[in-house]
Amino acid sequence: MEVAPPKGRSGGAAWGLWLARRLGLAVLTLWLVSVVVFLATAALGDPVRAILGRDYDSNVARRQQLEAQLGVGDSIVSRYVDWLGGLVRGDFGTSLANQLPVGTQISSTVANTLVLVLLSALVMIPLAFGIAMVSAHYRRKRPDTVIQTILLALAGVPEFVTGILLVAVFSTSVFNVLPAVTLVAPGASPWDEPKGMVLPVATLVVAVTPYVSRIVRATLLEVLDSDYVELARLKGIPEPVVMRKHALLNAIVPGIQVIALQLAWLAGGVVLVETLFSYPGVGKQLVDAVRNHDVPVVQALSMIIAGVYIVVNLVADLLSILLTPRARTAISS
Amino acid sequence: MTTTTSESEHQVRRTAGLVIEGLGVSLTGSHVDVVDDIDLVLKPGEVVGLVGESGSGKTTVGTSLLAYSRAGAEISSGKVVLEDRDVLSLPWKEVRKLRGEEIAYVPQDPASALNPSIRIGKQLVELQQLRGIGTSESRLQAARDGLTEVGLPSDDEFLRRYAHQLSGGQVQRVALAMAFLPKPKVLVLDEPTTGLDVTTQKMVLDTMAELCRTYGVSALYVTHDLAVVANIADRVAVMYAGQIAELGPRDTIFANPSHPYTRALLDSIPHLSQARALKGIPGRTPSPGRRPDGCRFNDRCAFVVDRCRTEVPALRTVAPEHEVRCHRVGEIGTWDINIGTVPDADPDRPREVILSVEGLNVFYGRKQVVHDVTFDLAKGEVVALVGESGSGKTTISRSVGGLHKEWTGSLTFEGRELARSARQRSAEDRRRMQYIFQNPYLSLNPRLTIEQIIKRPMELFGLAKGKEATDRVVELMGQVALGPQMLHYQASRLSGGERQRVAIARALAAEPDVMICDEITSALDVSVQGSIVELLEGLRLERGISMLFVTHNLALVRSIAARVEILQAGSVVESGPVATVMDTPREEYTRTLLSNSPRID
Repeated sequence: MEVAPPKGRSGGAAWGLWLARRLGLAVLTLWLVSVVVFLATAALGDPVRAILGRDYDSNVARRQQLEAQLGVGDSIVSRYVDWLGGLVRGDFGTSLANQLPVGTQISSTVANTLVLVLLSALVMIPLAFGIAMVSAHYRRKRPDTVIQTILLALAGVPEFVTGILLVAVFSTSVFNVLPAVTLVAPGASPWDEPKGMVLPVATLVVAVTPYVSRIVRATLLEVLDSDYVELARLKGIPEPVVMRKHALLNAIVPGIQVIALQLAWLAGGVVLVETLFSYPGVGKQLVDAVRNHDVPVVQALSMIIAGVYIVVNLVADLLSILLTPRARTAISS
Repeated sequence: MTTTTSESEHQVRRTAGLVIEGLGVSLTGSHVDVVDDIDLVLKPGEVVGLVGESGSGKTTVGTSLLAYSRAGAEISSGKVVLEDRDVLSLPWKEVRKLRGEEIAYVPQDPASALNPSIRIGKQLVELQQLRGIGTSESRLQAARDGLTEVGLPSDDEFLRRYAHQLSGGQVQRVALAMAFLPKPKVLVLDEPTTGLDVTTQKMVLDTMAELCRTYGVSALYVTHDLAVVANIADRVAVMYAGQIAELGPRDTIFANPSHPYTRALLDSIPHLSQARALKGIPGRTPSPGRRPDGCRFNDRCAFVVDRCRTEVPALRTVAPEHEVRCHRVGEIGTWDINIGTVPDADPDRPREVILSVEGLNVFYGRKQVVHDVTFDLAKGEVVALVGESGSGKTTISRSVGGLHKEWTGSLTFEGRELARSARQRSAEDRRRMQYIFQNPYLSLNPRLTIEQIIKRPMELFGLAKGKEATDRVVELMGQVALGPQMLHYQASRLSGGERQRVAIARALAAEPDVMICDEITSALDVSVQGSIVELLEGLRLERGISMLFVTHNLALVRSIAARVEILQAGSVVESGPVATVMDTPREEYTRTLLSNSPRID
C-alpha cells in the first residue's frame, strides 16, 4: 500500500479551500432559509388585514401607514429583494407593534438567550462526558444500570416539568434558596443577578445531558472494545489514562455532533422554559411577535435562529475533523 | 551506549525465562474451561511457537501471560512464574508495572492496534512518560533508536505521523518497536504477521528474531500457520481445543509429528517445492463447553479407537523434550512430509483459451495502477495472480469481473469482447463469470438464510425456482460439504470456512464457466484453506471450471494453479507454467518472493 507522507503546514491552502467551500454552502443554506421565511411570513394572505383585524375598515390612516411600511402594493419579488437587502446591511426593519427598529429590540433578547445557552453548555459538556465515562467504566454493572435508568427517565420528562420540579424543590416548597423567576430591571441583564440564572440553566442542563451522555457512552463502549485499547491495557497503561487518552479521544466526535444539535435547539428558544422562569429570551419574544403579527420581528428572529443552527453545525464539523486525524490529514494532503 | 556494554548487559539479562504451570482460563460465572492444563516453559532467549486453529485458545494463553483475559473470561487457575514471582497472584498495581516493562505484547491486527488519534512518536514513549522513566530527550532518543532497530525512519516527520499514514508492515514494526522499547524480558506475539504479504512478513519476522536474540528476550509466538513457525521458533506447542496436544523442539515437530492433529495441520500446508493434494481437517474446532469427552480431537481424528472417546489422554513424554497428548502415540506409524505430493500441473497440456486479457491498463481517477497486463485463461485451468499488497492483483481481477470500470485494453470471453462494467454485460455473460470475495464475514448478507443466499443467483438468472431450486441448493451444499441442516441458518452462525463454502456454493449456483477467487483463503485458518483448495480442485476436475486465483501465497499457487502471473507495481514481471516459474525463476523479483515465503519443506 502506498502511503502519502503528511504534508504538514503546506496544507494551509487546502484548509482555506475547504473552509471557503463550507462557508459558501452555509451562505447558500441561509439564503434558502430566507426565501422560506419570507414566503411563510409576508407573502401569504394580507398581513395588514391580519394585524388590524376589525380596525381594518375603520382606522384608515393606520391601514395606509402599515401598507406603506410593508410595501403591500409592490410585487413579492421586489419586497423580498428590499428585505434581503436590509438584512445584508444589518437592517432588520421596523417593528409593527411599537415602531422601534427591530435590531435594537431583539439584540438584548438574543444576547440573553445566547448567554443562557453558553452557560448551559459549559455545565452540560463536562457533566455529560463525566457521566458517560463513569457509566462506560462500570459497563453493564450496577452503577451503569442505575445511571442509564436515571438518564432515560430524565430524557423522557418534558423540560418544563423538570423546571417546575426544580422550582418546587429550590424556591418554593422545600428550600427557599433560589428565585423562581428572573426579574430584570429595564436596561439591565439577567446575569446581573447570578442566582436567578441557576434554575433556568439547571433545567436546560437536565434536558440535554441525557442525550449527549448516552451517545458518548455508546461510542465509548465501542472504543473500549477496540484493539488499541486492549493494547494500551496490555502495555500497562493505568485504567484512568486508558479512558482519558485512548478511549475518550476517539469517542468525542459523535458527542460533538449531538452537542451541536442540542445547543442549536436550545438557541432556537426553549419557549416553555423561558416562560416558566419569565426569562427574557428569544423563544418568548418570538411567541409574542407571532401573536402580535409583528412580521419584521418574526422574520428577524427566524433568520437569527437559522444562522445559529448553521454556525453551530459548521463549528461542530470543523471540530470533528480537527479531532479525527484521518479526516484532518485527508484535507491537508 | 557502546556495543560492548550493551552485550554484557544482555548477558546479565539472560537469566530470566518464564514458567507456565497448570494454567486454566474459564468463562466468567461458569466452570466451562476455555483453556486448561497448560504447562509451558519459555527458556531465556527462546522463541516458542504456539500453533492452533481459531478457537483453540492460543490467544487466550498468550494474554494470560500478562494476567489479562478478554471480557467474558477469567483466569481461573495456575501460575505464570517470572523470576520467582507469580504474575497471576501479584497485586494489581504490580501487574500493571510488569506489563510492558517486563512482559510485552505485540498485537494481531496491525491496522487497528495503534490508537488512530495519537501520533506514533507519542504512543511509542507513552509508557515511559507515564512511569517517569528518563527525561523527555532520552525518551525521544530511545524512540528514534527503536524505530531505527526495526528498520523504519526515525526523523521528526515520521514520529509525527498517525497510524493511518503508515502501511501495514510499518504499523506492525512500530508495534514491535513499542514492545521492545522498555526492554522486556518476555514477549507475547499474537499472530503479528497475519494479513501481511510475504515480503513484509519476512521483514517483520527477521526483525523480531534479531531483537529477541540481541536482547535475550523469550518470546511466545502465537499463530495458526505452522509454516511461519517453522522459520522462527525454537520449540513448538500445538494447541487443540484449549489444551496442548503436542510440544517439542521445532525439528522434532516437523520431522516426527506424533499427534494426529499436528499431522493433519501439516497435511494442510502447501509446499513451495512441489504440488500437493491439500487436505483439510474434517469438522471444526469445538467451542468451550461443547468439547467431546475423552480425547478432544476424537471426532475429527483419522486414527480414532473406542478408547479415545472415553478416556482422557495425558500429555506424555515420548522423547526428550517431546510431549504428546494421544493414546495411540507410537501405534499410528510415522509421518512423511511427502505424503500427498502430486505431480505439478503439466505445462504442455493442450490449452483451449476461454478468457483472454490484452493490454489491460487500469486507472483510479487519474492514477494508473495497472500497466499493460496481458494473460489468458484456458478451460479447466487455474491461473494465479501473485504479488505483494499494492501490486494490482485484486484490481485486475475486479476489472475482469466488471466491478471496476476505469480500464482500457481488451477482454475477450470465448472470442467475444466483454463490456467494461458488469452492468453493461449481458445476463448470460454475468452468469458465466462469478466472483468470490476475500472476506466471507463481509460478503454474505447477514439477514438472509443460507438457502436464500444460494438460491438468489438461480432466481436472478432464471435457472430454477421453487422446490427445484431448493433441491439444487441442498445438492450444492452437499458439494461444498455443508449439511442440509444449515439451510435455514443465517451466516452469523457459521465459521469463517463454512461462510466461504457458502460463498463458493453461491457462485456455483450460477453454473459459471469462470470463477474469480480474490484471496479467498487469506482470512482463514490453514486447515480450512486446505479443505477449500481440495474443494476447488474437485470442482475444476469435475466441471471444468476455469479459475482466476488471486493470492500472495506462492506455496498455495504451486498446489492449485497451472500457470502463474507474477505482478509487481501493476505490471507482470514473470509468467508461465507454475513448475517452470517456481523452479527456475528468471526474474530477481520472483526469486525474492520465493525466498521470503515461509516453508516447511
